[in-house]
Amino acid sequence: MSTRLATGGRLLNKAKPLSFSFNGKQMRGYQGDTLASALLANDQMLMGRSFKYHRPRSVVASGAEEPNGLVNLGREGRFEPNARVTTTELFDGLEAASQNHWPSLEFDVGAINARLSRFLPAGFYYKMFMYPRSFWKHVYEPIIRHSAGLGKAPKSRDVDTYEHFHAFCDILIVGGGVAGLEAARTAGLSGARVVLMEQTDHWGGRAPVDGGTVEGVAADQFVENLVEEIAAMPNVQMRLRCMGAGVYDHGYVLGYERLTDHQPDAAGPRHRLWRIRASHVITATGAIERPLSFAGNDIPGVMLASAVRDYAVNFGVSVGDRTVVVTNNDNAYLTAIALRHAGLDVPAILDARVLPQDSELMAQAKALGIRVLMGHAVASVQGSKRVTGVAVCSQAGEGAVLEEITCDAVAMSGGWSPVVHLWSHCGGKLRWDTAHACFSPDVDQPPKGADGLGFVTPAGAASGMFALDDVLHDAHAAADGVATSLGFKLPKDLTAPHAERREETPMAPVWMMPQGAGTKLREKAWLDYQNDVKVSDVRLAAQEGFVSVEHAKRYTTLGMATDQGKLSNINGLATLAGALDMEIPAVGTTTFRPPYHPISMAAIGGEARGNVFQPIRRTPMHHWHETNGAEFEPVGHWRRPYAYVRSGESTHDAVMREVTNTRKNLGLLDASTLGKIIVRGPDAGRFLDMMYTNMMSTLKPGKCRYGLMCSENGFLIDDGVVARIDDQTWLCHTTTGGADRIHQHMEEWLQTEWWDWQVHTVNVTEQYAQIAVVGPNARKCLEKLGGMDVSAEALGFMDWADGEIGGFKVRVYRISFSGELSYEIAIDASHGQAFWDALTVAGNDLGIMPYGTECLHILRAEKGFIMIGDETDGTIIPQDLGLNWAISKKKEDYLGKRAQERSHMADPTRWKLVGLEATDGSTLPDGAYAVGEGTNENGQRNTMGRVTSTYHSPTLDKGIAMGLVLNGPDRMGEVISFSNLEGAPVEARIVDPVFYDKEGKKQNV
Amino acid sequence: MSEPVTALNNTSDATGIAAVSEIGPVGMITLRGDLNASYLRKAAAQIAGVDVPAPLGCNSSDNRGIAWMSPDELLVMCPYAEAGETVEKLEKAIGSNFATAANVSDGRAVFRVSGPLAREVMAKLSPVDLDPAIFKPGMFRRTRLAQVPAAFWMTDDETFQIFCFRSVAQYVFDVLKVAAQSGSAVGHFPLAEGQSANT
Repeated sequence: MSTRLATGGRLLNKAKPLSFSFNGKQMRGYQGDTLASALLANDQMLMGRSFKYHRPRSVVASGAEEPNGLVNLGREGRFEPNARVTTTELFDGLEAASQNHWPSLEFDVGAINARLSRFLPAGFYYKMFMYPRSFWKHVYEPIIRHSAGLGKAPKSRDVDTYEHFHAFCDILIVGGGVAGLEAARTAGLSGARVVLMEQTDHWGGRAPVDGGTVEGVAADQFVENLVEEIAAMPNVQMRLRCMGAGVYDHGYVLGYERLTDHQPDAAGPRHRLWRIRASHVITATGAIERPLSFAGNDIPGVMLASAVRDYAVNFGVSVGDRTVVVTNNDNAYLTAIALRHAGLDVPAILDARVLPQDSELMAQAKALGIRVLMGHAVASVQGSKRVTGVAVCSQAGEGAVLEEITCDAVAMSGGWSPVVHLWSHCGGKLRWDTAHACFSPDVDQPPKGADGLGFVTPAGAASGMFALDDVLHDAHAAADGVATSLGFKLPKDLTAPHAERREETPMAPVWMMPQGAGTKLREKAWLDYQNDVKVSDVRLAAQEGFVSVEHAKRYTTLGMATDQGKLSNINGLATLAGALDMEIPAVGTTTFRPPYHPISMAAIGGEARGNVFQPIRRTPMHHWHETNGAEFEPVGHWRRPYAYVRSGESTHDAVMREVTNTRKNLGLLDASTLGKIIVRGPDAGRFLDMMYTNMMSTLKPGKCRYGLMCSENGFLIDDGVVARIDDQTWLCHTTTGGADRIHQHMEEWLQTEWWDWQVHTVNVTEQYAQIAVVGPNARKCLEKLGGMDVSAEALGFMDWADGEIGGFKVRVYRISFSGELSYEIAIDASHGQAFWDALTVAGNDLGIMPYGTECLHILRAEKGFIMIGDETDGTIIPQDLGLNWAISKKKEDYLGKRAQERSHMADPTRWKLVGLEATDGSTLPDGAYAVGEGTNENGQRNTMGRVTSTYHSPTLDKGIAMGLVLNGPDRMGEVISFSNLEGAPVEARIVDPVFYDKEGKKQNV
Repeated sequence: MSEPVTALNNTSDATGIAAVSEIGPVGMITLRGDLNASYLRKAAAQIAGVDVPAPLGCNSSDNRGIAWMSPDELLVMCPYAEAGETVEKLEKAIGSNFATAANVSDGRAVFRVSGPLAREVMAKLSPVDLDPAIFKPGMFRRTRLAQVPAAFWMTDDETFQIFCFRSVAQYVFDVLKVAAQSGSAVGHFPLAEGQSANT
């Protein structure tokens, strides 16, 4: 059984016992435990079920590479699925539950899949679910959906907060093991701005566990001294619990800091996403041990040798009383030695190598009385939910059992792979290191920055250095080189610390154990634990022609689980290479993509949640609208009142009331959102003549003109009223959504094409509150407030004037988008609400009512005015809308002119704007198509028009609509048929688009 | 005329790791033109009472100042009530030369973030190097604040003055409060001698 040892546990604070629960069962641990070590200490070896076969699983590793130990963590607003037990720090009250089983972890019906595994090989789903076709939707997909997935989806809203942080530095060092620390010390002494980040909650990495002596002190003491030295450097920022997640172009690096995962009740954000710009990145990310491929290597109790050592030394946890070590290298002997020192039994070390003489560590093990069997291997592991023993065979043979050894744990080591992820994210290349049978960074082909030089440098084990002394020297040299290249100077005589060397005998690559294992053993030898991919699956993929490693990966799902193949990658591609009879480097690796380890979506979202999820733009009168019954609609990021709904009224009722009142009495519209762009300069007139289809240079000061703006492709992009302010100044109104876009459009032409024209633009949209006073009583209302002359004689239709009304300094435009007598009044935004209030009071006995955007739409539709975004959709030219009157024939050029002359644009069969009235008086469905005769080549019904705007007009008490119809203006009075999703097609008559006051008498009074 | 009302009525919050308050109204004038032209430099300096700053800088004195906005744009600051006449003065001083002055005082909101951890609050929202050794009082940036455009400068080592569009004032106030929530100190920037922070 796994248990807590009486001694050991360098990371534990035994003075701080903690209680937690797993599947409802109360357990105890200590501060400093990970959830993995605490579960093992409580003899909870079984932690979950595998994805495909529902095999019982336990942890195989002790760090971020762990594929099996995934749990549902927490509850309600703090529920999180797929939490990795090896990276989850224990805290008091932690609640965890195992995943992917039914009805229970101990008895799982899904485990039947394991019995059927012979029938569920790689590619099974691809082959099986092809036929019959109809089965996919009704049979296969529901079954797969039911069985798929690891953790549960959260049901409650996340109660935590998250944030980003932008940091800049000269040198960013990822990884706080001895390599990262030595690099930070060296870089720090150069005076560079350094950030050092470490994903776990402690410094030093593996060195304190693996031992050794540096500069005459033990490795853990050396680490302690180093941390103290670096912490005193003001130019080095150290950060624990912060993982380097991804390296991107231009030295952009994402760091993922977990602030309160281990203390959920603490104040402040849970995660912080570091967005770092570093001149140079040093990856001191260490290495990951590889499993060995032998039958039963996934049975709980089989672990990486380094993990067994970590649990014993760091957490004082024994994984088993009797541990068999199986290895192809010297390093795993450390585990055997550590276990013996902890008083545990190691019945044998199975070393696949046959060495001419004992290595230093081997001799040490033998001296401790441990039996070492050279040239031996595991034939199979015995047990199901727990290791009970191993069958031993010769590595060279096919697996004939020589001996059975009773044990409850197996510590395996297939060698080490440098963590090259961050090096590779941005294009760093790898080379195959034959001596260590691993890929390591090819320092001659680093990821390159804008200057063509490398901006990432690996250090220590991450660059393929495995002996402590080599690690320290490599890290020192890396930091030295980087700091020097950035122009920093190191103190003279600064050298790398010297570590005592331990003689190691070379490892021997072992990709299958035993070497000649037959199908039966290969079917039980796991490569990817989480996705249940075995040696036999990869060989099948090769046999079926998946020669590329990227294809084989997708066919078998090798490395596609949440651990992204940290353990399986190299073993998988070595197996593929073996099956293809190719060299490993020729097969190559799959692509390393960020993030290194899953990060929370919420961290990516950062602060953008709740009331700051998205910026909402508010006018100066927004609060008034809110308190006066406004129902809002989004227009860009603005929220505009759709209608002001009174109690007892439906929204529709409110809209109808607002239309009728504005036509009969007086309406008030908040038009502040309309774009307002000052265009000024000696060439402003010429510039606007290019921007608009009509002539703006001839507009007289004091006058307004409606204008259309097209893109260079001829399509209508915006419209609005332009006022000439003085000789050199125009004010262009744009649509609400167009303000920023059109300002940008103008600047783009000015900066790239007509850079020598003397024109300035200034976007003053938000400087003014703009209020439309609309209706037969509009003038009376303004006159009641008193001030400037707003009579027809002094301020005619399409005039503007500066002046004072009711003591407010205003600019008044006599323009109308409703067909009524109308004044649009601009006032400095800081006085907008006060002026609105004054109008409301003055208009009280004149029937004043505010109106919203829907009323605005109906008023303009009754008048046949087009709306950008309704009548236009990016494919419409002004000629389609019968706006030829607004296109200057005199001008030599304007943006879009040439495009509009092209044959397709000049085609008389382009659909044209008309009015439409349903013959039964109903309101036509929005977007409905007019159906034509026959079908097109795809067998679809031909169409000959569509509805672009449709409303019920309370003024005319019937449905009115605008639409684009083939030869429409020539077909006045004709009845055509519109499709209707709700039922039978609707008949509508083609009419003039101006439904109300065609002569314009009402606005011109 | 009524009393001018700022977007948030000068609301403030001091519950977090830095104090956030809406200030103003502030007189602000966009001045576009050739920043190397002596007529423009003279006019701006004479009216604002400070020299035209170098790129990415802001010169200020009392409640007047000039901020560098772009290679052809300055922001001239003055008391709110004087903005209108300041535009006229600028126009007069520039005469027939090609330059444009426009009053934008009402179109913007102005905030102040202050305290020893103000730099950290700002660095959570803006992609700007705010290391005390790099970004110093008198420096100015046009950048973004989370999802909206903004500009800011440091008036002293613990205080940022931020400009944003008026319509997003509520968003900016709210997002500054989130960034300044208690318990969120990053501890990244060294505190100056004698400074202590409420984390």
